[in-house]
Amino acid sequence: MTRRTIWSWTVMLLGALYFFVPLLATFEFSMRYRRGVYSFEAYRIVLGDPRFHETFLYSTGLALATIVVGILLVVPTAYWIQLRLPRLRPTVEFITLLPLVIPAIVLVFGYLRIYNSSSWLPLTANERTTDLLLMFSYVTLAMPYMYRAVDAGLRAIDVRTLTEAAQSLGASWGTILLKVILPNVQVAVLSGAFLTFAIVIGEFTMASLLDRPAFGPYLQLIGANRAYEPAALAIITFGITWACMALIQVLGRRTPGKAAGAH
Amino acid sequence: MGLLEIHGLQKKFALSTAVEHFELDVQRGEFVSFLGPSGCGKTTTLRMIAGFETPSAGTIRIDGADITRRPPNRRNVGMVFQSYALFPNMTVADNVGFGLKVAKRPSAEIAPRVQEMLELIKLPAMGKRYPYQLSGGQQQRVALARALAIQPKVLLLDEPLSALDAKIRVSLRNEIRAIQRKLGITTIYVTHDQEEALSLSDRIVVMRDGKVEQIGTPFEIYNFPRTTFVAAFVGTLSILRGQVVDPARGAIAIDGQEIQAARGLEDAKAGEARAVALRPEIVSLHDAPGHGNRMRGTVEDVNFLGSIVRVRVRFGENAVSLDTFNNPTTVPPEPGQSVTVTFPREAVLVLEGTGAH
Repeated sequence: MTRRTIWSWTVMLLGALYFFVPLLATFEFSMRYRRGVYSFEAYRIVLGDPRFHETFLYSTGLALATIVVGILLVVPTAYWIQLRLPRLRPTVEFITLLPLVIPAIVLVFGYLRIYNSSSWLPLTANERTTDLLLMFSYVTLAMPYMYRAVDAGLRAIDVRTLTEAAQSLGASWGTILLKVILPNVQVAVLSGAFLTFAIVIGEFTMASLLDRPAFGPYLQLIGANRAYEPAALAIITFGITWACMALIQVLGRRTPGKAAGAH
Repeated sequence: MGLLEIHGLQKKFALSTAVEHFELDVQRGEFVSFLGPSGCGKTTTLRMIAGFETPSAGTIRIDGADITRRPPNRRNVGMVFQSYALFPNMTVADNVGFGLKVAKRPSAEIAPRVQEMLELIKLPAMGKRYPYQLSGGQQQRVALARALAIQPKVLLLDEPLSALDAKIRVSLRNEIRAIQRKLGITTIYVTHDQEEALSLSDRIVVMRDGKVEQIGTPFEIYNFPRTTFVAAFVGTLSILRGQVVDPARGAIAIDGQEIQAARGLEDAKAGEARAVALRPEIVSLHDAPGHGNRMRGTVEDVNFLGSIVRVRVRFGENAVSLDTFNNPTTVPPEPGQSVTVTFPREAVLVLEGTGAH
């Protein structure tokens, strides 16, 4: 083994320890619900809690809606910028980065100020419209990840030539987007979608301040009042995120023609 | 009236003019090549015909219909790109059938048509493969089949062989021409490769700096170039600069030696500087008797090119290259050797101007 290999393994081991030790400790702690014996009691309690089901379902629904709206907004925008307005790319990239710079609490106060019940567009006037507002705020929050994922996917293919080839064969803009562009950036869109899912599932600030029954505030509530259940919830949430990552990998491998994405 | 009529076509960008006063009538079934160096406007002209660029002025008509402002998906023009542009997510069969599906043709019609096209390009068993499973040459043939499947009125090919290696380029070139002849489809072919243009085309449009330099058959373009640019761009050429001696006889003095062109120089005056051009294959190293031109010079360089030997002979300021067939029993001349070269009057191409590009 060379000196360099030893160093590489050492660095990798330290990184793995840094990541896995807290995770294992949390897992171990979540199993200690019953004194003196390891059990899945904390998991049973969490998974049996009706609020877990309600909040998880609510956030899942919201995440799916966020993903759909995000794709509808980002894919055509990124495509058009790549195809016709490449000069606008730095501006759009800057705009999509703003949600990373502006804290969520500032955003949500802005929303409350603009869309409160006495404003010209009272989105917080009832629960359904507040859900809509929360969904749009999640679209904004997930924008940096979704835009970057889709943009990277589009850069990997020859968007202009593929578009022109489809046009010369009689395809309309809708057909080009749905049949040619979208299938070729499928993996990128899925990556963006799963990142969006992971963000929405754990988001606390916006859901809490808009007073919606989301999974993030539930996590906080359990964390503030229980001992072992929050650890179990953390492990469950990790599991969900990892499942999302695994899905990206599986779907990415199954996409036909991926090797010929760029010429 | 041609199938494709282009009149007064012009394309201006913010800082430059890509195409100026482009005029061309292409007959039904004709194979026309746009030939020129990079940036001469040939691809821009092709893209205007395809509808990917909007002309600044002029009109484009196909079969009498003005399509100048018509979107590309409503022109019924097939296009083959340098980078193949096959849809990576679709199989070969789906790629070929894409245009037919978009046109909402019945499935019963699409499948046999796709098979017919695959047989035409000699890839009948490749329908289920994906583009990445094919070689470059195969991908380009699929791209050709895809463009032909929709039965376009005009087929446009934008340097389709540039990304392929030399051997495949030649075989695919012949295949393209054979398919074009078989289908009788009107074709516009963009290339910077003079050999491709000469071997494929019914007519060649030589372009330079956005302007048409000359339009003609390969025979006319090669043998009777009108400008120095065309003469130098198409084929190998020696340009000789001299002074007109007798315009009526077509006599010019090159480095003090008088030669005659078959064509008179009525538009020139005695003493005026003019340029003439000679193809290497028409100049002989033998001091053959006859009424052709003969010049004395010194061998400057000898290049062995396989089947031919290229000899460069210097007269003074000017030099000429000549080709002789390689013959193992004949020893080529040595550099420094004094020789006489001969060439017929008909071979002297009188160029417009002084020979500056």
